[in-house]
Amino acid sequence: MKRSSDDRMFRLATGAFAALLLLIVVGIAFELSRQSMLSIEKFGLAFWKGRTWNPVSGVFGALPFIWGTLYSSLLALLLSTPIALGIAIFISELSPRILRQPLAYLTELLAAIPSIVYGVWGMFVLTPMVRKLELLTPEPLRKFPLFSGPPVGVGMGTAAIILSIMVVPLTSSVAREILKNVPSAQREAAYALGATRWEAIKVAIGYGKTGIIGAIMLGLGRALGETMAVTMVIGNAPVIATSLFKPQYTMAAVIANEFTEAADELYLHALIEIGLLLFIITIFVNIVSRLLIWSTKRRMTTAFALTAPAQEEAAAA
Amino acid sequence: MSNASRRKIISKIAESLCALAVVLALIPLVMILFYVLTHGLTALNLDFFTHTPKPVGEAGGGMANAIVGTLILISIASLLAVPVGMVCGIHLAEYSGSKFTSIVRFAADVLNGVPSIVIGIFAYGIVVLPVKRFSAIAGGFALGLLMLPVVVRTTEELLRLVPQGLREGALALGASRSRAVLTVIVPAALPGILTGILVAIARVAGETAPLLFTSFNNPYWSTKITQPIASLTYQVYVYANSPYDDWRRQAWAGAFLLVMIILTLSIAARLAVRRLERMNRP
Repeated sequence: MKRSSDDRMFRLATGAFAALLLLIVVGIAFELSRQSMLSIEKFGLAFWKGRTWNPVSGVFGALPFIWGTLYSSLLALLLSTPIALGIAIFISELSPRILRQPLAYLTELLAAIPSIVYGVWGMFVLTPMVRKLELLTPEPLRKFPLFSGPPVGVGMGTAAIILSIMVVPLTSSVAREILKNVPSAQREAAYALGATRWEAIKVAIGYGKTGIIGAIMLGLGRALGETMAVTMVIGNAPVIATSLFKPQYTMAAVIANEFTEAADELYLHALIEIGLLLFIITIFVNIVSRLLIWSTKRRMTTAFALTAPAQEEAAAA
Repeated sequence: MSNASRRKIISKIAESLCALAVVLALIPLVMILFYVLTHGLTALNLDFFTHTPKPVGEAGGGMANAIVGTLILISIASLLAVPVGMVCGIHLAEYSGSKFTSIVRFAADVLNGVPSIVIGIFAYGIVVLPVKRFSAIAGGFALGLLMLPVVVRTTEELLRLVPQGLREGALALGASRSRAVLTVIVPAALPGILTGILVAIARVAGETAPLLFTSFNNPYWSTKITQPIASLTYQVYVYANSPYDDWRRQAWAGAFLLVMIILTLSIAARLAVRRLERMNRP
């Protein structure tokens, strides 16, 4: 009987470490709430609706940061989604076999470059380029709210560009995996009905739609929490504006910039409360996207299990 | 124009747009690597590796302390995350059917998606606040939390790839489950797991946000883990934001070094994976 009690001990001991992982996630939520109590109690819901951020007079409203985070992430998704899906389709459906691995590796390199390096490049290379573009914008166009504001280079548009570059590899690699798992019978059926290549691809995309939406949301989660590169190019002004030219601010950026300067406790708690909201939003986005990807993959693997024997027979024949 | 030829043209256009997307994504990659290479390489000299930063505004100096600081931070992170993560991964692989393990697996994925700046706040509350001092330990703790989910999931995935026959053989010889796992299954998967750890290290070596208020920064030479410590990423951040040309040049040099470290680690990991695949092929 020694062996089975050994086994039970092993299961419990390793299980304790696994439980630690759960404890960490719960601990983060608990710790962030505890450390932002002062601000939560003092401002309540007004914290999320307030537009004024004035640490000197002790007035803290987080709306400009929430706006900046959501707006920059959505703009980034608008830019990155078509490109990421294009890459996923090209690598999994169109590219010559020999190019697949190298292209996949190159796009993943974009994900390996550290945020701070994107920041340095953004500050010294991208920002001056964007400023030139802004100066070239014709006067009638500048009347639109989207292009109003001073052509300084730093601002919402530059941040969105940097973010979109950083999001592309994640979205495209997950979307590629989804496309790879679409049963080939789907495409073959489309071809058999006389579809063109693109029409067959559309069928495959339709089949994996849920998972692809999950991939896009995974990118969204990444963009929402991105800190350094955005901090270095967005201009850090707590303003709510639709303009791409205007310097704005994000939740992650204000935490990065002001955390060590927060002299009094209320100020620190207000910053941590922003961190808490960022945590809640990203967790939510991540959970939804993981569930979407997971359910799609499961559906596909069961579909594959059903068609696989037929394929094996065909291969043997 | 006939319907069929119209559809064919649409198909061709859509296919070309996909190819264009690949080109569009490669432009920033090439640009970043080009600028980091040209600006960074020219700013790199021996002083960069052997000197500590000069006082504000003075030209010269280097990032010796930051390079060592980053190594110390990575070491602390690995010491914390690798053992815990591996044991976690073992549990997930061995007892994969239960509800508990699917929750833990999900928690690992969720932890992987938590923004690194939020991890920084957590480490601040847990490690910095009680002693009221920024320290290398706090920074290493934050980086360790970022490494953890990666180590857990790669360990789990690689353990699953170990052939069932190995496990059955060990059990048939009368080994207990723990013995089978620790002496047969884990060693068989170890090279792959180490590769995964390399990837995890590459990921955290480039992190800045979680260090801002944990390990903070230190302009002096320091290897004490209870004191604030410099790191390459933080130093690059400070120098890039400075108004001095020489410091900005050094920021590029630091960026170059970071990219080199991460490229080396990920290429090494990739080569190792390829070699493992070749070895495992029947």
